[in-house]
Amino acid sequence: MTHDKPRQNIHEYLAEFEDIPGTRVFTAARARKGYWINQFAMSLMKSENRERFKADERAYLDEWNISEQAKQAILARDYNTLLDLGGNVYFLSKLFSTDGLPFAEAVSTMTDMTWPEYRQMMLDGGRSPEGNRSIKGGY
Amino acid sequence: MARITAGVGSSHVPLLGVAVDQGKWQDDYFGPIFKGYEWTREWERREKPDVVILVYNDHASAFDANIIPTFAIGCGERYKPADEGWGPRPVPDVEGHADLAWHIAQSLILEDFDMTIINEMDVDHGLTVPLSMMFGQPEKWPCKVVPLAVNVVTYPVPSGNRCWALGEAIARAVESFPEDLNVQIWGTGGMSHQLQGPRAGLLNREWDNRFLDMLEADNDEVRHIPHIEYLRETGSEGIEMVMWLIMRGALGKKVKRLNRHYHIPCSNTAIGHIVLEPAD
Ligand SMILES: [Fe+2]
Repeated sequence: MTHDKPRQNIHEYLAEFEDIPGTRVFTAARARKGYWINQFAMSLMKSENRERFKADERAYLDEWNISEQAKQAILARDYNTLLDLGGNVYFLSKLFSTDGLPFAEAVSTMTDMTWPEYRQMMLDGGRSPEGNRSIKGGY
Repeated sequence: MARITAGVGSSHVPLLGVAVDQGKWQDDYFGPIFKGYEWTREWERREKPDVVILVYNDHASAFDANIIPTFAIGCGERYKPADEGWGPRPVPDVEGHADLAWHIAQSLILEDFDMTIINEMDVDHGLTVPLSMMFGQPEKWPCKVVPLAVNVVTYPVPSGNRCWALGEAIARAVESFPEDLNVQIWGTGGMSHQLQGPRAGLLNREWDNRFLDMLEADNDEVRHIPHIEYLRETGSEGIEMVMWLIMRGALGKKVKRLNRHYHIPCSNTAIGHIVLEPAD
């Protein structure tokens, strides 16, 4: 069998992901690190779990194999820290809906904008890719 | 013989489902988006596909962080709309086509695509929103659906090249199914959007339109776009567009474009859709 392109080098492939400004690509390393954060978030799909979590967030979190730092980030709804700890937005969104927060509003908390500012940016055509593609390249 | 008669690429933004379910689709915000789908809804009414192979991704609804199938095919009889945190969407259950799905699954495995087979699952907005966009609000969906779920969340996700090749293999599988069926294939997700981190809200009208141009082209260059380009240019969630390549790969080398629409924004996302017909 012939291949029309060289095989991708896994180390180069992964290294490039760290060159994107303001972005945490959900790599296997992050998926491993954040496994229980994401499984905790997933548990909030069940209404009885949502009720128990809302009644005593700290007690509910203590049932999970999650670091103290991650527990604090969950309690503070500090989503950027949770991304750093391996959380993924599709899982974390279960926490958005537990809080009754619209998805886009929750997303805006990860930026340096207020929700009205973020919403206006989207109406105006979104964030430009200009200067936002590469940290090293600055383009 | 069964045959693939058309392909559709479309965004599957959850807010569009909310707009349909809450009757907001004619307001100032959603009006232009739904107007863009009007032609396609009419066309689907005329085309009456028997089955849609619906390529989408699950957004932590049916699959949790435990099991991550790269390509999974639904071989069940029916699927219920998933509860994504606010209760399931008030849309009909999705009827599968188990015979065709098992035939495709078996054929793909024989062609070296090691598919995961799913018998039971709930389907989330990734699958039900495109149905609403194409068919409106019927009592019962007008066609059967073969769900094909792709991992586009945990990296590495499949390459564009592999997605295209899977589409080609799906087309061969459909052609070898003995029953006379009008089959469409839909690739969903995208277009540019980023839902996480300080760069959230990134949209790229220019790149998205170049991608649509490439889908219409009489060549397969689009399959070679690397992941890093999607990530840099279209935001971390723009990678969903690799799923459109499964659709495009299934249509053969030449296609005819029947409709195309693009609109910014819908929530965090650029909305686009394209309707293609094989023209070989
Ligand atoms: Fe999606």
